[in-house]
Amino acid sequence: MKHHLILQVVAKALIPFILLFALYVQFHGDYGPGGGFQAGVIFGAAFILYGIVFGKDVAMKVVPPSLVYTTASLGVLLYTGVGVAGMLLGGEFLNYSVLSKDAVDGQHHGILLIEFGVGITVASVMIALFLSYANYRVTEPGEGE
Amino acid sequence: MIAIEFLVNFTLLGFLLATALVISRTNRLFQSVMLFGIYSLLTAGLFVVLDAVDVAFTEAAVGTCISTILMLSALSLTGSRREVAMHRKSPALALGVSIALGAALAVGIMDMPEFADPNAPANLHVAPYYLTDSVSEIGIPNVVTSVLASYRGYDTLGEVVVIFTAGIGVIALLAGRTGKRDED
Repeated sequence: MKHHLILQVVAKALIPFILLFALYVQFHGDYGPGGGFQAGVIFGAAFILYGIVFGKDVAMKVVPPSLVYTTASLGVLLYTGVGVAGMLLGGEFLNYSVLSKDAVDGQHHGILLIEFGVGITVASVMIALFLSYANYRVTEPGEGE
Repeated sequence: MIAIEFLVNFTLLGFLLATALVISRTNRLFQSVMLFGIYSLLTAGLFVVLDAVDVAFTEAAVGTCISTILMLSALSLTGSRREVAMHRKSPALALGVSIALGAALAVGIMDMPEFADPNAPANLHVAPYYLTDSVSEIGIPNVVTSVLASYRGYDTLGEVVVIFTAGIGVIALLAGRTGKRDED
C-alpha cells in the first residue's frame, strides 16, 4: 500500500470520526439506537480500515495482538463481574437493582458497565480476527521451510 | 410519504434480487465476496427503512466491512484464484425443489400476521410489559437496551461468551503459525 496516498489521507481523516461515532454509540446506547455490540464492531472496523490502508506492521504497533487478547477477556470478566457483584450485594446473578441504593439507578449503572464489557470484547475479538488472518504466513510450494 | 417509502423499498429489493442473481451466476470467488459485501450493504439499507437502525449499524459494520475483509484475507491465504466448476448436470431437480420450497414458504407467509400488527402473538406476549414498565423499572428510554442488557442479561452474556469463544478458536488456529500452500 505504498502508493495509495489518497486512501491514506482519506482514511486518516475518517478514522477519528469513526472511533468517535463508536464511542457515541457505546455510551449513548441507553438513549438512542445502539449498544455495546454495535459500538464494538464499529470500533473494530475503524481499526481494520487502519490496518488495511497502512499495513499490518504499523497497525500492530498501535494495537499489539497481546493487548487485544487481554482486553477480549477483560470484557467478559467485566460482564460476569457485574453479575457476581449483584450476587455479593444480596441479589441474583445479573440483578443490577442492588448495585446502588436506588434500584433504578442500580439498573442504569449495571447496564452501562455490562454494555462496556460487551463493547470491549466485541471490538477486541474483531481486531484479533483481523490480525490473526493478516499475520498468517503461507509459504509457496518449493520455498524453504 | 408512502410513495417515497415504496420507491425506496422497491429500489433496494430490486438491487438485492439482482445482486443475489449475479452471485448465483458467478463462478469467481473474488466476485462473489465483493457481491456479498454489496448484498449486505443493501440489507443494511432495508433495516434503516424498517426503523431498525441498530441492526443496520451491525449489518454495515460486520456484513459489509469485517466479514468481506476476512473473506478476502482467507482468499489471499488460500490463493484461490481458480474458478469454481459449475454443475453441468440438468438443473431440473434443483429448480423443482427450489420452486416447491418457495411455494411452501409463500403459503406459510399467508398465515403470518401483518407486518407490525399490534395484535400479532409476538406483540402480545411480554412486549407490552416491556413497553409500559421498563421506563419505571430500568429508567432508560431505549427499550431495546433495557431488554437486551437487563431483562435478557443472561442471553447477552451468552452471546458475548460465544463471540469470545469464536475469537479464541480463530486465534488458536491461525495466530503465530505458518501454513504451506498445497501444490495445485
